Amino acid sequence: MGNENRIINALLKLHIVLCLLFIFAPIAGSFVFSLNSDRFPSLPLGEFSTEWYRLIWEDPLVWQGFGNTLVVGLTVAVIATILGFGGAYTDFRYNFTGKSVYVALALLPPTIPVVIMGLAMLAFLSRVNLSGTTISVIIAHGVMCSPFAMAIIRLRLSQMDPDLEAASWNMGGNQWQTLRYVIIPFTKPAIFAALFITMAVSFDEFAVAWFVSGLNETLPVKILGFLQGQVSPRINAIGSLAFLSSMTLIILAQLLLRSPEEEK
Amino acid sequence: MKANAQMEQQSEAIVKFDNVVKRFGNFTAVEKADFEIGRGEFLAIMGSSGCGKTTTLRMLAGLEDPTEGAIYLDGEKVNGKATWDRDTPMVWQSLALFPFLTVQENVEFALKMRGVGKEERRQRAEKWLEKMQITEFANRNINQLSGGQKQRVALARALVTEPKILLLDEPLSALDAHLKVRMQAVLSNLQKDLGITFVYVTHSMSEAFSMADRVVIMSRGQIEQIGTPEEIYREPYNRFVAEFLGSANIFDGVVQGPAGADGWQVAYEGGETILPKSERPDARQGQKVTFIVSAENMQLSLPDSGQPGIEASVAGEEFIGGTAMVFLETAGGQELKVQKSHDELSVLNLHPGSKVVVHWESGSCHVLPGENK
Repeated sequence: MGNENRIINALLKLHIVLCLLFIFAPIAGSFVFSLNSDRFPSLPLGEFSTEWYRLIWEDPLVWQGFGNTLVVGLTVAVIATILGFGGAYTDFRYNFTGKSVYVALALLPPTIPVVIMGLAMLAFLSRVNLSGTTISVIIAHGVMCSPFAMAIIRLRLSQMDPDLEAASWNMGGNQWQTLRYVIIPFTKPAIFAALFITMAVSFDEFAVAWFVSGLNETLPVKILGFLQGQVSPRINAIGSLAFLSSMTLIILAQLLLRSPEEEK
Repeated sequence: MKANAQMEQQSEAIVKFDNVVKRFGNFTAVEKADFEIGRGEFLAIMGSSGCGKTTTLRMLAGLEDPTEGAIYLDGEKVNGKATWDRDTPMVWQSLALFPFLTVQENVEFALKMRGVGKEERRQRAEKWLEKMQITEFANRNINQLSGGQKQRVALARALVTEPKILLLDEPLSALDAHLKVRMQAVLSNLQKDLGITFVYVTHSMSEAFSMADRVVIMSRGQIEQIGTPEEIYREPYNRFVAEFLGSANIFDGVVQGPAGADGWQVAYEGGETILPKSERPDARQGQKVTFIVSAENMQLSLPDSGQPGIEASVAGEEFIGGTAMVFLETAGGQELKVQKSHDELSVLNLHPGSKVVVHWESGSCHVLPGENK
């Protein structure tokens, strides 16, 4: 540790603090103003108030949006995790020509600009008469989220001693038994992490949902609706809650992915 | 007739490799493996990495399918039979214990896969935990165990179905020297107690020779020699085996003619010697022979002793327990090794560069039958 430079260390720490400040200050601000009685965000602050939370609590539109978000998020998490697991296991288990193309295609969706993705989804889903339904949001989000699940589960599988699977076969477990009693137990932490992260991605996703949701708007789409109508501190309240729920999911996922060897 | 042959197979060999070839693309991993493994035998398959020993074992386990030839297990041809339908448990080099299961659950695994009920599973697993002296760790996680304890779990897990044959793929390679010797004793005793067949793949000569009834030596997919450790050590079949064992000096010679009633006069680079006729009864003048003289059968004299032999200079010495291996170099550049006790060496007072004369009794020459056929 003798060759550490104090000044460089201090500068690096300052850099990190500034980065975090830059990222979290607006969110913290919105949280602070969500508890402020003033109509407009301005300093000095007014009185402490839970008025805005009461308003959204009583707003049926918010509940409707939240309900849609929840239904979509839960369904998408399950579907995307199953798809992601399938993709990751195929990659782990089999070697075939064109495998790199397969993996690249499977991981592609998040790299497509969301507007293009949303338009394409809208065009396709309206052609098959699914546009404007909750199912259409689930399909679109499923496509966007499964690569995240695949990446997480693939990482976990890459940490697995390939002999574990062969050992299970060797001890009389056929391929299905091995999947159930070896592969899934081993990847369990990653499977749960994938569930939480895909749910969080679906919760926050706005653009594609805006294109395909029609009347079944998810919460982020509703928020835009509020913003277009009027500026209201209710946005701050909704934003704070959305942020808290997403962070909870991400932190849960991180806890699951931390030092997997200690997991049982 | 056929039934008869099958009966015979049942009683004698538990495994038969019938001209088995395994190719991966253009690479031939195993070439014409043709041998049998006896019931209750401890067979070691030895060779350096990439020689095909693990592939041979995996074919027996059903994890690879032969490209050509047939494998018989207990008289039944098992080509194409999935590993989960055979009872050929394997102890893995990586041990491959399930980290998400307890010791007890690991041992019960094979029974669970076979649909054995919970209570019977527990009892049978406990019996093996006890046998392997790991009962106290039954509820531990795998990563709370030491290397030797893991080894015992791996053995208990493989043996819980009471198989007729156990396959071991370099199971001791990760252990330190002391523990390795202890586990060798455990394995040896276990095999004798159970009376089942062990097929043991290793690159270590000391492991193979100390435990096995017979040893198969492989190199580049070929079987170079099969025999008891004594046979292989005394009578290596060819140059590869002799070099692999590493304790013999190899000479290329040409038969000059008969020497007395039961010897051949043989010339080699640097000298002449007499080979016992029994080593190559059909030799004729001018025929090439390759023979070995083991390091401990070589004698050393000082040049002024007048003893005929090969002149060489000392290149170095290496201690091997109570003896030392002296490395020599002849004028012709051939490297020789001579193993002697420290007492004998102290008389000669050797140091690097010393000149010595190397000689041996004619009876200690052994012709490699696999060379110059």
